[in-house]
Amino acid sequence: MRRHALTAGLLASVLAGVLVLLAVGVDLLPASGSREAEYIDPLFRLLFAIAMIIFAIVMTVLLYSVAVFRRRSGDDTDAAPIHGNAVLETIWTVIPFAIVVPLGIYGAVVFHALTRPVDSAQALEVRVTALQWGWEYEYPTLGVRTRELWLPVGQPVVLRLYSRDVIHSFWVPEFRVKMDAVPGMETTLRFTPVQVGEYRLLCAELCGVAHAYMVGRVAVVEAAQFAAWARLQATGEGGSP
Amino acid sequence: MMLWSIGLVRGLLTGALGVGVGLGLAMGLRGVLGLEPWNAEQASVLGAVCGVIAFLGGVGVFHDWAAWATGRRELAEPGHEGAPPQPWWVRYLSYATDHKVIGIQYIATAIALLLVGGVLALLMRLELATPGMQVLSLSTYNTFIGLHGMIMLGATLVGIAGLANYLIPLLIGARDMAFPRLNALSYWLVPPAALLLIAALFTGGFDTGWTAYPPLSARASLGMPFFFLGVYAVGLSSILGAVNFLVTILTCRAPGMTLFRMPIFVWAMLATSIISLTATQFIGMSFLMVLLERTLGMGFFDPARGGSVILFQHLFWFYSHPAVYIFVLPGLGIISEILPVFARKPLFGYSAVALSSMGIAAVSFVVWGHHMFVAGMENHLIVPFMLTSLLVAVPTGVKIFSWLATVWMGKLSFEAPALFALGAIVIFLIGGLTGVPNAIVPTDLHLHDTYWVVGHFHHTLFGGFIYPFIAAIYYWFPKATGRMYSEKLAKLQFWLMTIGFFLTTLAMLRIGLLGMRRRVADYDPSLGFTPLQLLATLGGMLVGIAFVLFLANIVLSALVGIKAASNPWRSRSLEWQAPSPPPAGNFPHPPIVIGHPYDYGVPGAVFAVL
Repeated sequence: MRRHALTAGLLASVLAGVLVLLAVGVDLLPASGSREAEYIDPLFRLLFAIAMIIFAIVMTVLLYSVAVFRRRSGDDTDAAPIHGNAVLETIWTVIPFAIVVPLGIYGAVVFHALTRPVDSAQALEVRVTALQWGWEYEYPTLGVRTRELWLPVGQPVVLRLYSRDVIHSFWVPEFRVKMDAVPGMETTLRFTPVQVGEYRLLCAELCGVAHAYMVGRVAVVEAAQFAAWARLQATGEGGSP
Repeated sequence: MMLWSIGLVRGLLTGALGVGVGLGLAMGLRGVLGLEPWNAEQASVLGAVCGVIAFLGGVGVFHDWAAWATGRRELAEPGHEGAPPQPWWVRYLSYATDHKVIGIQYIATAIALLLVGGVLALLMRLELATPGMQVLSLSTYNTFIGLHGMIMLGATLVGIAGLANYLIPLLIGARDMAFPRLNALSYWLVPPAALLLIAALFTGGFDTGWTAYPPLSARASLGMPFFFLGVYAVGLSSILGAVNFLVTILTCRAPGMTLFRMPIFVWAMLATSIISLTATQFIGMSFLMVLLERTLGMGFFDPARGGSVILFQHLFWFYSHPAVYIFVLPGLGIISEILPVFARKPLFGYSAVALSSMGIAAVSFVVWGHHMFVAGMENHLIVPFMLTSLLVAVPTGVKIFSWLATVWMGKLSFEAPALFALGAIVIFLIGGLTGVPNAIVPTDLHLHDTYWVVGHFHHTLFGGFIYPFIAAIYYWFPKATGRMYSEKLAKLQFWLMTIGFFLTTLAMLRIGLLGMRRRVADYDPSLGFTPLQLLATLGGMLVGIAFVLFLANIVLSALVGIKAASNPWRSRSLEWQAPSPPPAGNFPHPPIVIGHPYDYGVPGAVFAVL
């Protein structure tokens, strides 16, 4: 009994080690393009590592039982009757509890950081209107209305989301965060782009026949370039570069 | 005349007549009100409702009740004494009150629905194998996502009702269910419900997915009301079934069978029935409100008329999250039922496993908000819903660890029921582990509405229902038919299905993390998902082939399989003490229970005397 438990424990540790390295080492997420990703990605890696450890333990016990304790041919006797073990059962009730509660608290702390209001003088506010099947943007402080979202790198953004018809959802996978645009109400999404580049804006909520093609373009540019673009747009001479 | 004796045929004919009456009624009413007589939406709804009621009448569901209510006949014990013998196909296609006939009717219907839902899934997988639109049109694809989802959920509810109907009276030593006529009504609501769901495809479809969120569902085509009414009928069937299971479990147990001597599957059905009985009304209500918005212009969910879009999601998920546990608790019960028999060892921690089902049922009512983390729900609700959702891990963990302790030092053998039960544990485990990042808000902000979620819930439903369902059918096949299935074919099915399943779902999880949205008919080739999409499609085809092998196995074995031994698995449970297949009334005398169901290896232990 003790020998079996030790062998299985050893095997589980090896398997867990390999799987954790795999889960943390392989790029499972898209490139990160926002400050929010810097909070969220470590949480992802922690969750993957924990999942791999639990998976390794369960699989080892299961496969060990299949391989080692299996019924030999010709043996039709029953196994030793073990009905339960109060200590063991208490442990495996308490341990999951002790894992998920701190994870929940960690999650709540990160969520709090993601939704903390930023100084309105510092942040760029954009009013985003979703419709079947596209996006419209208005920069109230700059007097700009466009069909393309341009954002200056490094500056916090506050999106006010509206919908003209059905529910849509604003999602740029590289920014990691999404929020629905709901008819009849205003929703808010905050993030800070940190990487200059072009991104795909995807509608993540099923919004009718052409949902698959509701894809927009987001340009994250240097502050100076953004200011120049905004001036052009405001005077109505703008076009995309 | 021969055909007329088949209940289903009568029901379909009177049902068609009922549809005509309903259409006429709708046009007449509008005419009286001085409106243009034809309104497709209103006519469809009244036609469908009258059709369902006429179908039930034609099948003969109301016959005994009507006779009783009008005093034309003493209400006899429903039964088969003195009834003329019918050919098997008449018996199974007509009104019957024997729980075993109803169980098999349910199971056959569930398998037919799995087949339809599976064909829809494979057509979608073919479409997704490469970028661009090749196989389906955009609107057909969008209808398929909702129809595949709801037909599969229907199949799950129906399959569980089938297993529970067949097994519960046998497992608790009862003659039949508590309310055999109500039982027949619960079953016969299912065929018209299935027809309504399938009709949605031919009446213009609906592009909303199975969740049918307004405002999209308030604007969708004419398929939408058929979808709503189909779900409504399945839901009603589910509620009536739950009443019956609860009363049967609580009042019809054999003498000596205390609650803590019940087989675990019965515990699981107790928990499941509590959820079905108390939560199903909410999905019914949410769909009814959209239906009223469409047909009569009531603006429940229309902001322009003072309605709220998010209210629908609260109502919908208040059922539809607990529903997940309606789908998986019975399957987990099957795993607990099968493992001890094949490990020749008692179920480890019986009481904890039994109570964990009740624990999951209780928690399931306070987690619905985790479907709405990005829906615009108030921020102060989000963290509480995250914490309750995470708590589900605790009772679920109890089950998985108890199974491990059951097989540890057990003497496992690997006939098909054991293989599918073990496969179910692995798949369900992955379903649980991939659910944690969905429950934790910051990671869900990325994962919500991606293929990660699709991969996650296909793990929970395959591990929690499909694999246990197949395991149960193989395990009780010799009981229900008196014949043995083909072990070789079943093992081939297991390996094909398992390899295919993991190819599909692991690819789904991977592309979901990388940014593949769910519910899209097409994707940009430059995203680089094409190889994994192709792999997922190949895996899906393997699952399809495995399912065909399963069908062939059970159909052929039922007809020409070798005769089974009376207790081929050497189980201690009551049903194996009855003849195979059991006669009407099941046991010659009520069995008397004097011990525990899983005392394998305990010298001299006796469960029941007959």
